[in-house]
Amino acid sequence: MSVNLLKLKIDGVEVSVPEGTMILKAAKDNGIIIPTLCNLEGLAPYGGCRLCLVEISGSPKLFPACITPVGPNMEITTNSDRLKEYRKMVVQMLLAERTHICSVCVANDHCELQAMANQLGVDHVMFERKFTQEPIDSTHDFLVIDRNRCILCTRCIRICDQIEGVHTLDLKLRGKDSEVIMDLDEHWANSCSCTSCRKCAKVCPVGAIYIEGEPIGHTKNKEIAAFIRDRRNRR
Amino acid sequence: MSKEDKRRIMLEKVLKEHNYQESALLEILHRAQEIYGYLDKDLLMDISGSLNIPPSHVFGVATFYSFFKLRKPGEHVVTGCLGTACYVKGVEKIMEAVEQEFNVKRGHSTPDGRLSLLVTRCIGACAMAPTIVVDDEVIGKATKEIVIQKIKDVLGGDKAENR
Repeated sequence: MSVNLLKLKIDGVEVSVPEGTMILKAAKDNGIIIPTLCNLEGLAPYGGCRLCLVEISGSPKLFPACITPVGPNMEITTNSDRLKEYRKMVVQMLLAERTHICSVCVANDHCELQAMANQLGVDHVMFERKFTQEPIDSTHDFLVIDRNRCILCTRCIRICDQIEGVHTLDLKLRGKDSEVIMDLDEHWANSCSCTSCRKCAKVCPVGAIYIEGEPIGHTKNKEIAAFIRDRRNRR
Repeated sequence: MSKEDKRRIMLEKVLKEHNYQESALLEILHRAQEIYGYLDKDLLMDISGSLNIPPSHVFGVATFYSFFKLRKPGEHVVTGCLGTACYVKGVEKIMEAVEQEFNVKRGHSTPDGRLSLLVTRCIGACAMAPTIVVDDEVIGKATKEIVIQKIKDVLGGDKAENR
């Protein structure tokens, strides 16, 4: 099967990538890292966190790089002053939306949101913080979910559906009321479909899903989705 | 045949009409709510099994749309319009007064199941703002006194009949 290669420019660098590749992946393959919190190699792209927004010359709109395929002769800017400002704003909105207090979080120092805030130079939150107080579900033998720390990236939902294949997790409601649920919004211990595979905890970018008593640095494994996908493809 | 069995047969007919297709979930939830009045967890589990869709996904869809009711509505339903015009005209104060007077939160029913308080986004009668719908009657240019009296009337009306 022949692959149609497209020529385009990312941050002024000429690259050629196969047709159908998403901008985020094309940039990464050429050494340009675009910030993201929801995208994860091995899972279908979601386009939820809006951190990977890029500019494409000829359009005043911003495009989420993870779900925008490359086009011929595109000229993409991944790191303009405007984008930097917007990304800082996105991180601030994520921090304001629920209860993110690093010093009392299991994921402190292992948190992608925290790292992103540091990387982008977010030093204040200019929005009113919500400080939600949802009850924590620790009914499961060892998996715990604290929805106050959730950023709704849906990695856990996607890995549960696309890799583990049981689709125990999903989102309920919408907007600021959205929550990750198990089956029909049951307590985790009562979930009839959960296989306790731990993959949700491994890919959670923050401290929302974690394993009780296990150091979080030991739990987290961002490569697990791509690893399982590749192992499956070998067969 | 019990009422429950009849309803299940009607639901089965709807499921068959759509050939148990996953893509018909929204339409089936619509029809199920028509048949049962609301969607409780047993019903959602039933639909999830029939269409072979994960329960969490069915629950996600049913809660995404405010049209679907997951709790049994009370015998009497009071709906406050929280559209822009009604909001500006102070419907919020009326809603708060109703919540206090009848000890019911919006989106919920009283513990005895006699009264539900719901909110909606614009009923299309902005000229009459603020509007509150008590059962099927629209009260335009509502005040909290009028609304509370009206609710007391419909609640009291039942008691008189029961006597």
